[in-house]
Amino acid sequence: MAGSGSAHLRNGGDIVIRVENLTVEFPAKGGNVVHAVSGISFDVRRGETLGLVGESGCGKSTTGKALLQLPAPTGGSVQLDGEELTQLSRTEMIARRTDIQMIFQDPISSLNPRRTIGKIVAEPLDVWGPTASDEQWALVASILDAVGIDPESAKYRRPHEYSGGQCQRISIARALVMEPKVIICDEPVSALDVSVQAQILNMLEDLKAKYGLTLVFIAHDLAVVKNISDRVAVMYLGKMCEISDSDDLYATPAHPYTQLLMDSHPEPNPEAVIDEMVVLGGEIPSPIFPPSGCRFRTRCEFADELCAHEEPQMSMISDGHYVACHHPLVEPVS
Amino acid sequence: MTHHQYRAQGLAGNERRKLHCSHHRKPDNGGTRVEVWQIKGGVVSSSAASDSHALLSVRDLRTHFDVGGDAVKAVDGVSFDVHEGKALGIVGESGCGKTVLSRSIMGITTASNASTSGSVKYSGTELVGKGKRELRKFWGEEMAMVFQDPMTSLNPVVRIGRQLTEHLRAHKDLSKSEANDLAVQLLTWVRIPEPKERLSNFPHQMSGGMRQRVCIAIALACSPNLLFADEPTTALDVTVQHQILNLLAQQQQERQMGMVLVTHDLGVVATRTDDIAVMYAGKIVEKASTSALFSGMRHPYTQSLFWSIPKTSEPKHTRLSAIVGRPPNLAALPSGCSFADRCPYVQPICREVEPQLQTIDSHSFACHLPVGSSDAEAALSANISAGLPQSEGAATRREAHQGTFT
Ligand SMILES: Nc1ncnc2c1ncn2[C@@H]1O[C@H](COP(=O)(O)OP(=O)(O)OP(=O)(O)O)[C@@H](O)[C@H]1O
Ligand SMILES: Nc1ncnc2c1ncn2[C@@H]1O[C@H](COP(=O)(O)OP(=O)(O)OP(=O)(O)O)[C@@H](O)[C@H]1O
Ligand code: SF4
Ligand code: SF4
Ligand SMILES: [Mg+2]
Ligand SMILES: [Mg+2]
Repeated sequence: MAGSGSAHLRNGGDIVIRVENLTVEFPAKGGNVVHAVSGISFDVRRGETLGLVGESGCGKSTTGKALLQLPAPTGGSVQLDGEELTQLSRTEMIARRTDIQMIFQDPISSLNPRRTIGKIVAEPLDVWGPTASDEQWALVASILDAVGIDPESAKYRRPHEYSGGQCQRISIARALVMEPKVIICDEPVSALDVSVQAQILNMLEDLKAKYGLTLVFIAHDLAVVKNISDRVAVMYLGKMCEISDSDDLYATPAHPYTQLLMDSHPEPNPEAVIDEMVVLGGEIPSPIFPPSGCRFRTRCEFADELCAHEEPQMSMISDGHYVACHHPLVEPVS
Repeated sequence: MTHHQYRAQGLAGNERRKLHCSHHRKPDNGGTRVEVWQIKGGVVSSSAASDSHALLSVRDLRTHFDVGGDAVKAVDGVSFDVHEGKALGIVGESGCGKTVLSRSIMGITTASNASTSGSVKYSGTELVGKGKRELRKFWGEEMAMVFQDPMTSLNPVVRIGRQLTEHLRAHKDLSKSEANDLAVQLLTWVRIPEPKERLSNFPHQMSGGMRQRVCIAIALACSPNLLFADEPTTALDVTVQHQILNLLAQQQQERQMGMVLVTHDLGVVATRTDDIAVMYAGKIVEKASTSALFSGMRHPYTQSLFWSIPKTSEPKHTRLSAIVGRPPNLAALPSGCSFADRCPYVQPICREVEPQLQTIDSHSFACHLPVGSSDAEAALSANISAGLPQSEGAATRREAHQGTFT
C-alpha cells in the first residue's frame, strides 16, 4: 500500500475531520487506472482552516469531493466528528450533507441561471430546514446580509444580474444557510480580480469567526493559501509532500517541491530574485503511470536511487511540521 | 471573433482561408459584421507628440463601443511608447480595457459597434485608418500577439506541426522540409521536449503550458519586433507561469523585441518589465518605470491594488486591505475622477474636476491628491476619522504598519 504515512495526524477531541490513507482512483482507457489521490492523510480541528495547494491535476478537488463521498473513495477512511462517512449508506450520507458544504471556483455557472437569488439560497432549506416561506426568508435574508448582498433587491433578481464576486458571495450564502460544520472551498477566488479576491477572503475570515466554521481551502496561489490558512498541506500527483503551520511552512519549506512552488510565486516586488534558469519543461507525469518511489523524483534536483525505489514517509521537522522526502531541505528530528 | 485572433497571430494558409469563409457568421451582438475603423477628429495635444524613436508610439487612443446609443468608453485617451528591447506592463482590474487596448493597437477590431480614434505609430508608420489588407502586412512579421487562452489561436483539429509550417510558409519563402526544420527549431526554442515527435500532436494532446509555448513559438516564428502578450499565463500553474515568463523575457532580450505584457497581477509585471502603465476605467492613471512605481506609488488606485494582494512575506491571517465596490460603468462614467467612489483619499474636488495626467521626473499620474503629498495624508486621515467605508482598508493597513505605508 503506497501511503505517505500518518505520523502527522493529531489526537484530541477537537478534530472535526480525520482522513486516513484516502485513495481515489478512476478508470482510464485500456483497463488502466488514474491514481488521482493515493493514500493521503490529514486532520482538521474545529475552527481551523486547512489549505490544500499544488499544481493542476494533483488531486485537490478530488480530495475535497471525496470528503463529501462524491464519489465514495476507492479506499481509506473519512471521519466527521468521529463518524466514519465511507461506511454510510447513500441515504445516511445525504442526511450528513448538511454538515459539509462545498463552494466552487466558477461562481456564475455554479448557480442556476433561471432561479432567483432568493430561491437559490433557500433551495437547500426546502429539504432540510424550515419550510414555511416567511421563516425561510428571514434566515436567507440574514445570511445574504452577512455576505454583503442586499436581501431585498436580491430576492427577485437572477445570477446574471450579479458580478462574479457577488455570485461567489451568493454561493457562500447558499452553503452557509445549512449551518454546516465544515465548508470545502474549491478555488473560490481563483477566477476573481485581486480587489474582489481580497473582499471575499476578508469576508470568509469574518464568517468563520461569526459562525464557528471549519474550512478546507483549496487553491493554487501560495500567497492566498498562506493568508487564509492555519495549516497548509502541499500535494503533488496524488500524494501529500508536506504539512505544517502556514507561517512555518513559508519560513522553512522542507520539501523540494514546496520550495519550487515558492520560487515560482510572482511576488509583487521588483527586487524579488527570479531564477531565470527555469525554462525547462518539468512536465507533471501522468497520474496513470506515476513514477515509482517518490512521485516528484522526475522533477527533483536531489533525486537519487533511493528516491526511485522507496516511497518517502512523513517525518517530523519540528512541532507540527512534517515532510515526506528522503533528502529534505531541513533536517528532520530523529 | 476567433478568425481575427488567428490572423493576428499570423496563422496562415489553409487556416486563414477557412477562417475567411466563416465571415458570414453572425457576431455576438446579432448585427451583421462590418469592419469599422473609424477615425474621429481626435486632437493630439502638442505636449504629447509621438516619439519618433519609439518602436510603438500610441497617442490619445480611444475605442468606444456604441451600445444602444451610449458610448462604452473602453479605451479613452491612452498614450504611451514602447522602445526596442523594452517591456511595458499594462495592469488593471477586469474590464478596465486592457484587451480592447491591445486589440485596438494591433488593429484587430472585434465588433461592428467599435470606433477607434487617435494615433498608433509603428516605427513611424501610422496604423490608425489603415485597411485590414494593409494592416495584415504588419501581423506576424512586425507585431504578434499571444492570447490568454491558447485554444483561441490554435486550431483543435490540425496537428501542431502543420499549424507551424503553414504559418512559416505563408510568411517566408521556404520549402516544406525547410519549414519543418524551422518548426522543430522553434519548438526547441520554447523548450518543448522531443520537438520532432511533438509535431504530430494535436493541441488536445498537450498540456495547457505546452500549448501556450506552442502559441509563443508561432508568435515568435517570424521574429516580430513587437509582441503583445495578453495575460499569457493567467490560466497556468505558477511553475509553468514562471517558465513562460522567463522564456518571454529571454526571447525578448535576445531579439531586442519590444513587449507589451498585459495582466491583472502586479506580481507578474514586478520583475518582468521596464515600465508599467496602470489602467482604470479605460484610462492610464499612472505610468512609471517599474522600479519608480514600486518605490513610490503616486495614484491611490495603484496603491490600493498593491495593498489588496496577499503576500507570502506577511504572516497568516493578515487582514487584507480590500478596495470597496467595483469599477464604474464605462457607458456612464461619473464626472470628475472615476475612482472617486472607491478612493480612500477622495475629496469634494475629485467629483468635480477630472484629474489630468501630470508628469514629474518621468513618473505620470492623474490625481488631485497624489499619494505621498501632504494634502493626501491629511485627506486620508480626515476620511478615516469620518469613518468613510472606502478608507477602511487604508485604516487597517495604517494600523498594521504603525502609520507607515510601504
Ligand atoms: N471523473 C474522473 N475521471 C477520470 N479522471 C479524473 C476524474 N476526476 C479527476 N480525474 C483526474 O484525477 C486527477 C486529479 O484531478 P483533480 O481535479 O482532483 O485535480 P486538482 O488538483 O483539483 O486540479 P486543478 O487545479 O486543475 O483543479 C487528474 O489527473 C484528473 O484528470
Ligand atoms: N463589443 C463590445 N461592445 C460593448 N462593450 C464592449 C465590447 N467589447 C468589450 N466591451 C467592454 O469594454 C470593456 C473593456 O473590456 P476588456 O476586455 O478590454 O477588459 P480587460 O481589461 O481586458 O478585462 P479582463 O481582465 O477581464 O480581460 C469592458 O467593460 C467590456 O465589457
Ligand atoms: S529528494 Fe527524493 S524523496 Fe525528496 S522530493 Fe526529491 S525525489 Fe522525492
Ligand atoms: S483624484 Fe481624488 S478620487 Fe481620484 S484617485 Fe485622486 S484622490 Fe482619489
Ligand atoms: Mg480542482
Ligand atoms: Mg482582457
